[in-house]
Amino acid sequence: MWAFFHKLGSPRWFYAIASRFEPWCWALALILIVVGSVWGLVFAPADYQQGNSFRIIYVHVPAAFLGQSIYIAMAVCGFVYMVWKIRVADMAAAMMAPLGAVMTFMALLSGSVWGKPTWGTWWQWDARLTSMLILLFLYIGVMVLRATFYRLESAARAAAILTMVGVVNIPIIKYSVEWWNTLHQPASFTITERPAMPVEMWLPLLIMVVGFYAFFAAFTLTRVRSEILRREQSKRWVQDMFREKC
Amino acid sequence: MRVRRRNRMLLIIGLVALCAIAVGLTLYALRSNINLFFSPVQIAAGEAPLDHQLRAGGMVKDGSVERDGDSLEVRFVVTDFVDEVEVHYDGILPDLFRDGQGVVVVGKLTEGGWIAADEVLAKHDENYMPPEVAEALEKAGYSPADYRQAPEAAETR
Repeated sequence: MWAFFHKLGSPRWFYAIASRFEPWCWALALILIVVGSVWGLVFAPADYQQGNSFRIIYVHVPAAFLGQSIYIAMAVCGFVYMVWKIRVADMAAAMMAPLGAVMTFMALLSGSVWGKPTWGTWWQWDARLTSMLILLFLYIGVMVLRATFYRLESAARAAAILTMVGVVNIPIIKYSVEWWNTLHQPASFTITERPAMPVEMWLPLLIMVVGFYAFFAAFTLTRVRSEILRREQSKRWVQDMFREKC
Repeated sequence: MRVRRRNRMLLIIGLVALCAIAVGLTLYALRSNINLFFSPVQIAAGEAPLDHQLRAGGMVKDGSVERDGDSLEVRFVVTDFVDEVEVHYDGILPDLFRDGQGVVVVGKLTEGGWIAADEVLAKHDENYMPPEVAEALEKAGYSPADYRQAPEAAETR
């Protein structure tokens, strides 16, 4: 078990393992997202109050899940990098950040488009909306901070610390709808209770959520692989590999 | 080497914990600013300031919505089932606006005791269902808001 993680920590091994999993992740993501979108957008029944505008949930909820999960993944990578000095972890954190920012932005945008007809407003300074906006700023902050350093190691350390401190925001996002009176409704899905919608509505949503996670995995593997090649281009194994291919 | 690693780990955990405490205390201190809207009871008790931008929340009272024939003007009553307050609004209402719906009204309290609203927002709850399920629930004597508590009715549609 530990040996496996140590191997993953070596760029060369990570490259090899990632190349093996990557095509499967892309295939899974493609299939699930296509099936989930068609099912959710065409075949799932309309809502009794919102009609068809509720279908935005099939993009909004997976995007919001990913926005938060990617941040947690970046913080875990930052922690691994700071404690064990594993460079692959830093590369992964750096490569995930733009996708996390895009997902958070998508969640905010789709929520806003849904909020206009449903609530009657594009934006309110409500606790859930505001904490999600802070998450977007954290992503942008981490990316900008990383770009300001010339030395890779200083950049990695600064980004890791900011990411880990920003994790405080994640439970605030999650519990904002319970701690305060917000315009945003409480979660329709919890681990302990049954979902607040029938199966023909939540099943396509589940497929979309799994599809988005598969997309995240595929995207990260692909980007980390190219980042490994970029950062390790002077290493022997990389040059050997390219010589073989040419 | 192991000791250095452990120290780094403790340092990071300590740093994050301190930040969490700082943020937690700030939010605790600000809690009333983060959520507050006035309920009709508070307005009736004179707690809400006159002529200042404020928010009032409650349910639209059944049968209280009066629309003007040739403009967007609308009057309705917001209630918390103890006190009520009348709202005047001129604008487009959200799709979810209807009798019994939870709403948040942004506007000014006038001397006549009614609210001149600039904005009317509908609150949506976490329940989603197709229209047939909502009908089945109502037939079984539940309100759609009880979806989670009324599994039998939802399944016998």
